[in-house]
Amino acid sequence: MTALLQVEGLKAFYGPSEALHGIGFSLAHGGITTILGANGAGKTTTLRALVGMIRREGKILFDGKPIDKLSTEAIARLGVAHVPEGRGTFTGLSVDENLRIAAYTRSDRAAIKDDMERVFGYFPRLKERINQQAGTLSGGEQQMLAIARALMLRPRLMLLDEPSFGLAPLIVQEIFRIMRLINSEGKVSVLLVEQNAALALGLATEAYVLETGNVVMSGPAAEVKNDEGIRKSYLGY
Amino acid sequence: MEQLLQQIASGLASGAIYACVALALVMIFTATEHLNFAQGEMAMFSTYLCWQLIQFGLGFWTALAIAAGLSFVIGVLIERIILRPLAGASALSVVVVFIGLLAIFHSMAGAIWSHTIKSFPSPFPEVSFAGSGIIGPHQIGMVVVTIAMLSALFAFFRFTTLGLAMRAAAQNPTSARLVGVNVDWMLALGWGLAAAIGAVAGAMVAPVVYLEPNMMSSILLYGFAGALVGGISSPGGAVFGGFMVGVLENLVAYFGNLTEKTFGVYIIGNGEKLSVALIIVITILTLKPAGLFGRVITKRV
Repeated sequence: MTALLQVEGLKAFYGPSEALHGIGFSLAHGGITTILGANGAGKTTTLRALVGMIRREGKILFDGKPIDKLSTEAIARLGVAHVPEGRGTFTGLSVDENLRIAAYTRSDRAAIKDDMERVFGYFPRLKERINQQAGTLSGGEQQMLAIARALMLRPRLMLLDEPSFGLAPLIVQEIFRIMRLINSEGKVSVLLVEQNAALALGLATEAYVLETGNVVMSGPAAEVKNDEGIRKSYLGY
Repeated sequence: MEQLLQQIASGLASGAIYACVALALVMIFTATEHLNFAQGEMAMFSTYLCWQLIQFGLGFWTALAIAAGLSFVIGVLIERIILRPLAGASALSVVVVFIGLLAIFHSMAGAIWSHTIKSFPSPFPEVSFAGSGIIGPHQIGMVVVTIAMLSALFAFFRFTTLGLAMRAAAQNPTSARLVGVNVDWMLALGWGLAAAIGAVAGAMVAPVVYLEPNMMSSILLYGFAGALVGGISSPGGAVFGGFMVGVLENLVAYFGNLTEKTFGVYIIGNGEKLSVALIIVITILTLKPAGLFGRVITKRV
């Protein structure tokens, strides 16, 4: 069986400087893979490169089709939803408008309505705030809105960049619980980038460790978790 | 009293035109953070197109519809061909391009249609009615047409998916791309819409100011002022600001004349109305730099 996402020799650039030096990884259909690493290791860069927000070279196959030459919006249309660092909600638009714009590429009105209800099932708090401007939401609610918006694309793959960033532990737990639900019920594969390695390894099935733009370790999450070096550098015990 | 009402009414009529120009400026500004100095000359050129079509024997409204359509296409082409390659260029380069566009449209209009002043027909019949001493039929027509257009635009941005996509693209291009919106085309569409608005505004004001290559230069200034007073980041505010500047300039002249009549001293009159209106604008901006309805944008670092 082919992987949903297959990446080989991926390089990424900020201006002239190379930030990723040819990394490779794969993500199984329905799986959750996490990319770990310290600040500046290239985690966010990897996600940005995948969806074409920065210049990249190398092979990226999504469901067997190359996407490394496609524009960001074309990749989104294939069903890859990226929840960027800092959430990227439209702060001047209402919650409702944020969700509707995410379904921009779809024309099936009835299904969009269903999806809206499904998303509110995951995040009932967003329904309470449906007409509120996104900029007035709390950090946790904005993260929920960002994930909800990604779901409105009906994605097959969701890229999550530091969903725990700046949030209270209880909210983070809630968000990770819902991510697990979305993965199992919604058949959405997830590529998760996290600084909080313990949290990420608890959710993921596969893990890759990045260091200054190179993959230094990979394997099933359970194995990576028990690796002594990883435990010392990233888990802190 | 009747004179005061007259002045307010004609202020609203010219304010409607300023409001259109202000809105066209704001639409491009919110998406690109650039002020299009060529907006007025583009509108003037569109008005000439409309005049030419009328000369060919078309009815006023048909001619205006075609001219607005052509202007839309010209607007889209300008964005795609001239401004697209400048994405990421410094603000100064873009300003130079705008000034270049201004000069090009100005001299093209002069070269094609000559610099002599032409009269432009009004589509509204000369009828008298109750209150026609206060406001003329063309002025009412101007206000009605522009308000209808502005409402249609508001509905478009508020209630259609395409309108929502254009707002999203203007607000956060990166996120808009991530949900599959083609941001480049949204920008081009915005340019097209702004150009079409200018065409309607030009054709509405041309019967009053007459058709000539300089017809929009002071109107563009008032439009700028309106957009700034209302808040350059707020479309609704820009429209309000446009109307406000229109009424304000007439009131300044009115009260100036009144003091001259009552006290026999000349302080201000018609000649100073632009200066006084701009002084008021500057005062408002000193007190409220983001404009009356503009939001102060804070960036989280």
